[in-house]
Amino acid sequence: MAQTSNLDELHKQALADLAQAGDAAALEAWRVRYLGKKSLLNQALRALGELPSEERRTAGAKANQLKISLESGFAERKQAVETVVLTVAAGKSALDVSLPGEPALLGRLHPITRVVREICGIFTNMGFEIAEGPDVETDYCNFEALNIPADHPARDSFSTFWMECPPGSAEPLLLRTHTSPVQIRVMEKRQPPIRIIAPGRVYRYEATDATHESMFYQIEGLAVDRGITMADLKGTLAQFARLFFGPERKTRFRCDYFPFVEPGMECAIDCFACGGKGCRMCGNSGWLEILGAGMVHPEVLRRVGIDPDVYTGFAFGMGVERMPILKYGIDDIRLFYSNDLRFLRQF
Amino acid sequence: MKISLKWLRDYVDPGLPPEEIAARLTMAGLEVKAVHKSGSDWQNVVVALVTEVKQHPNADRLKLATVDLGGRSVTVVCGAPNVQAGQKVPFASVGAWLKDGHTGQPTQLKPAKIRGVVSEGMICAEKELGISEDYSGIMVLPPDAPIGMPLSDYLGDVVLDVEVTPNRPDCMSVMGIAHEVAALTGRAMKSPDLDYEEGGKPVASLASVEIADPDLCPRYCASVISDVKVVPSPPWLQQRLTACGMRPINNIVDATNYVMLEYGQPLHAFDYERLTEHKIIVRRARDGEVITSLDGSERKLGEGMLIIADARRAVAVAGVMGGLDSEISEVTTTILLESASFSPVSIRRTSAGLKLRTEASIRFERGLSRELTMPALRRVTRLILQLAGGTAASGVIDVYPGKLGDKWIRLSATRVHGLLGMEPGIELVERMLGLLGFTCRKTGSPDELEVMVPYWRSDIQGVADLAEEVARIIGYDKIPVTQLSAALPVHEPAPRLAFRETLRDTMVGCGFQEVLTYSLTSEALTCKLTPTCQIYGPEPMKVANPLSQEQSSLRTTLRANLLACLAHNQKHEGGGIRLFEIGKVFLPQEKGQPREIEMLCAVLGGLKQPVSWRGQGKTIDFYDAKGVIEAVSERLGVAVEFAPVVDETFHTGRVAGIIADGAPIGVLGEVHPKVAEGFELGRTTYLIELDIEALLPLASADRRYQLLPRFPSVIRDIAVVLDRSVKWEQVERLVHGLPLVASCQLFDLYEGKPVPEGKKSLAFRMVYQSPDRTLTDEEADKVHQQIIDKLGQELGAVLRG
Repeated sequence: MAQTSNLDELHKQALADLAQAGDAAALEAWRVRYLGKKSLLNQALRALGELPSEERRTAGAKANQLKISLESGFAERKQAVETVVLTVAAGKSALDVSLPGEPALLGRLHPITRVVREICGIFTNMGFEIAEGPDVETDYCNFEALNIPADHPARDSFSTFWMECPPGSAEPLLLRTHTSPVQIRVMEKRQPPIRIIAPGRVYRYEATDATHESMFYQIEGLAVDRGITMADLKGTLAQFARLFFGPERKTRFRCDYFPFVEPGMECAIDCFACGGKGCRMCGNSGWLEILGAGMVHPEVLRRVGIDPDVYTGFAFGMGVERMPILKYGIDDIRLFYSNDLRFLRQF
Repeated sequence: MKISLKWLRDYVDPGLPPEEIAARLTMAGLEVKAVHKSGSDWQNVVVALVTEVKQHPNADRLKLATVDLGGRSVTVVCGAPNVQAGQKVPFASVGAWLKDGHTGQPTQLKPAKIRGVVSEGMICAEKELGISEDYSGIMVLPPDAPIGMPLSDYLGDVVLDVEVTPNRPDCMSVMGIAHEVAALTGRAMKSPDLDYEEGGKPVASLASVEIADPDLCPRYCASVISDVKVVPSPPWLQQRLTACGMRPINNIVDATNYVMLEYGQPLHAFDYERLTEHKIIVRRARDGEVITSLDGSERKLGEGMLIIADARRAVAVAGVMGGLDSEISEVTTTILLESASFSPVSIRRTSAGLKLRTEASIRFERGLSRELTMPALRRVTRLILQLAGGTAASGVIDVYPGKLGDKWIRLSATRVHGLLGMEPGIELVERMLGLLGFTCRKTGSPDELEVMVPYWRSDIQGVADLAEEVARIIGYDKIPVTQLSAALPVHEPAPRLAFRETLRDTMVGCGFQEVLTYSLTSEALTCKLTPTCQIYGPEPMKVANPLSQEQSSLRTTLRANLLACLAHNQKHEGGGIRLFEIGKVFLPQEKGQPREIEMLCAVLGGLKQPVSWRGQGKTIDFYDAKGVIEAVSERLGVAVEFAPVVDETFHTGRVAGIIADGAPIGVLGEVHPKVAEGFELGRTTYLIELDIEALLPLASADRRYQLLPRFPSVIRDIAVVLDRSVKWEQVERLVHGLPLVASCQLFDLYEGKPVPEGKKSLAFRMVYQSPDRTLTDEEADKVHQQIIDKLGQELGAVLRG
C-alpha cells in the first residue's frame, strides 16, 4: 500500500513541477527527472518486481496510468510553452506591413490589342475563323469589288489616302479605308461555307480631332452559305453585344445603307450612361451605334464567283476604338496612338 | 436635308407627333439627326394689327401704338422706327418669354411704365423672337396674317434634319420624305397640281433644244413663259425656303428652288432673250472654253465637262451652276425653264473638277430618275405663272434620247424569306410595296409577284433591294433573331496568329508595355536612325495626299516610332521604361503592293527595377536586353546565337546580331549616342528588333519531351583567371564538349585588383549528372579535373586560389 501512496505523491509533485516549467530548458529537466531512464517513475516501476503478484497487478496498473498522465501532461505543457515563446519572439520582430511591396515588373498589352482579342474570341467561339489582308490595297478590292465604282457618291464617306505609285503601275493603290476588302480576298480564294472575322488597321484621309483619327482598327465579319438570313445576322450581333457589353444591354437594328450589302443595317445598343433615356454621350437618342452590317450584296457575290441564287451571306464591320471609348468613357480617340504611359497604364 | 413638317403636310398627314415621325424615319433608314421646333417658346405672342400710331407725349424717339389683338385693343410704347398703322405685327403680352434685344438673354416680359406711360406688352423685333439677329425694327407680318392667332400657330414649324444616304436622291426632297412617311404610317399621299393654262404660242416656235452628247444627257425638257414680272417671292415661299436653309432671291429663282426641294429635281431658269437664237445645245465643253458662273467667278471648263450652250456660247455648267449673263434679273420678261437628266458620273467629275458643289450637283451625282423631269417642269411652270404672271407657251419641249422602259422585277416569297429569315407572306409583301408606290401584279405562281419600280426610285435594282423595302416598312425589329445553323466551315491552321500573340504575351511577361504606333511616318524621323541623319533602309512608299509631313510615308522600320515614343514618355516618367510593338513594316517592291512584313521592336532604358525603399536599383544595360531575347528564345523553343553585326543605329562594340538556324533573325544593342541625341533620349537606351517572318518557321518546329533526370546530380564550382579577351562563349563551348556535364552557369565575373591587369576572373557552377546511374564523387572529380586541365591548356586559364 505504501507503494501506491508513494505513486500518488509522485504524481502530485510531478504535475506541480510541470506547471512551474516555463521554458525549453526547464521542460527538458522535468522530462529527465520524471520520464527519463533514471526517473523516479522508472525506479518505482522497477521496484514493482519485488512485490507479491496480487499487489503487483494493481500497483503496475496504477504506475502505467501515472506514466500516461505525465506524458500527456508534458506534451500539452510543451506546446503551451512553445506558443508563448513564439508569440513573444514574433512580437519583437513584427513587420510594418504597410510598407510598400517590392515592385514586380508588370508588362501590359495595349488596350486595342486586348479589345481585338476579346472581340475575336467571341466570334471564334461562334465558329468564325480569323483572316487578314494587306493595309496597302488595290482600288479594286477596297472599292470596285465592293460595289463602289469610281465616281460613286458613296466614295465621299471613305476619304482615302492614295499611294504614290511608280509610273506604269497597273492599278491605283491606297491605304485601305475599311477591312471589307478582306471579304473579297477570302471569297476569291474559297467557296462557301465561309465564316471569317478580320481585324486590322484602316486609314482615313481625315483631319484628326478628339473624335477622328486618320488610322484606326476595324473588325470585319463575313458568313456565306446556303440559307443564311438577316435573322441569323441579328442573332449573331445580338450575341456579340450580350457577351461584350453585358447581358443587360438591349440591341436595336435599323435600316442603313452600305453599297456592298443589301438589305443594310446599323446595330446600336442602349446607352449605358443613361439607360436609353437620352444624354450627352448618346446625343440624346438613347442609342449608341456600334456597327454597320447587312446581307452581302448579290453583285458582290457574283463578282467573286459565288452564285447569289444559291448562296446568301451577311457581313458586318465595327470600329474597334469605339468599344473601349464607350466602355471606359474615353474622351479623345487620339490617346490610343499617342502611347502615353499614363494612359496605357490605366488598362 | 431639312424637312419642314408644315410643308410635308401638303402631301401627307402623318397623324403622329414629330418625335414619332422622326423615330420611324430613323428606323427605316433615314436617320433624323435633330428635330428643330420653332415657335414653341412663343407663349403669349399673337398676330396683331396696328390701328393707330401717335407720338409719345414725353419722348421724341418713342411712339404710342394701339394694336388690335382680335376683340381687344391695347396701347403700348414702341421705339421702332418702322412702326406704322395698318401693319400686322407679332405682339407679346405680359408673361411672354422674349430674348433681350441687346444681350440675347431670355427675359420675361413685365408691365412697365416708360416715360410716364404704362405699357402692357410690346411689338416684337425678329431678334426678340429668336427668328433672326435683326433688331433694327419691329417684325412686319404679311397682310393676310389672321389677327389674334397665336404666332406659334401662324409661323411655328417643326423641321426634321434628315441624313439622306447616297442611294436615296429621291429623299432629298419633301415629296420623297412624304412617300416614306405615307408608307410608314399607312396614310394616303396627295400629289401636287401640275396643270396650267398653256395660252401662248407653240413652244417649238419659240425655242429649240438639241442634245449633242446624249450619253451625258439622256433627257432635256423645257418650257417657256413670257411676260413674267420678276419680284420678291411672297412670304410663305420665302419662309419655306428659309426653313430648308436656302436664301430667297426672286420669285422665278425661288420657284425653281422650291420645286427642287419639293420633287428633288434641280431646275434652272434662263433669261430667254439672252439665249442666242433661243437655242439650247447640250454638249461637251471645248478645250479652253470659259464661263462666268452665277456666283460671279470665271471658270475654265475642262474638255469633257457637260455644258448647256446657246447658239454662241456656254450659258450653264450642266447640272452644276448657271451662267451669270443668262440669269434672271429684274428686267427679265420671258424665261426658259430647264428640267433635264444628266449622267451622275459626269456631274460628279465636273463638280469635283471645278471644286463646285451645289444643291443641284449633289442631287444629280446620286442618280436621279429620268422620269422626274416632266412632272417637275410642269410643277415649276404652274408655280411661276401663279407667282409672276405671264403666259406659258403651249406644250413643252421633251428631247428624250435615253428613254428607258418601266422597270419590272420578279419577286418570290421564297427569296424574301431566304434573305430576311421571316415569312411575311406574299400578300403582306404586296401591301408593303404598294404603300411605297410600287405596282405589283400576279404571275402564274401563287408564290410570286411582278413588281414595277415607281419612277422616283432610281436605287431599286433587284430582289435584295425589294427585300429591304419590305423589311424596313415592316420594321427591322420584327425580323426574328436566330443563331447561325449552317455547317461550320473547315478552318485552316493559322500559326502566324497564334505565334504573334504568344510573342506579345512573352514580351508582356518580360515586363514590357505594348504600344501601337502609326503606320504613316516621315522620312525625317526615319533618318534619325543613323548617326549622320542619312537615309535609313529602303526608300519608303509615299502617300500622294498626306495630311501632314509627319505622316507622309509608310514605315519601313518600327525603330524610329519606338524611340520617339520612348523619348515622349521619358519626359514624364522617371525609373525604367520598357516598350514594344509588334506590327507591319512596308517594303516597296518594283511594282504593285509593298511587302508587308511583321516585326517586333522593343526599347528599354533607365532603372532596372522601379525605385524602392529597399535600395536603389541598377540601370538597364546590354545584358538586360539580351536576357529578353534569351527569354523569348526559350519561350518559343528557338535556339539563338549572337554574332557581330554592323548596324548604324547602334553603338559600335555594343551590338549583336541574333542568329537562329544559321540565319539572321534580329539585332540588339545599345542605341548610338548620336542617334539617341537625335531622338532627344535622356538615358542610355537599348533596342531589340526581331523579324517575325524569319522567326515564325523556326518556332513552329516540333518539340520533343525529355526524360526527367532520375539520378541525383553533383555540383562543383570553378573559379579561374584568364585573359580579358577570352569570350565566355569559348568557355561554354569547351565545357559542354565534355561528358556528364549537365549545365554550366556563370555566377561571377570580376576584373581589377587582385586580378592582374588584362585578366579577368570567372566563377561558374558545374552540374554533373548521368542519365543511368548515381555519380560517385570520384567520377565527378575526374570530369571536373578534366575541365580544369582543358581550360588551362586551351584558354590559358589558371585556377584561382
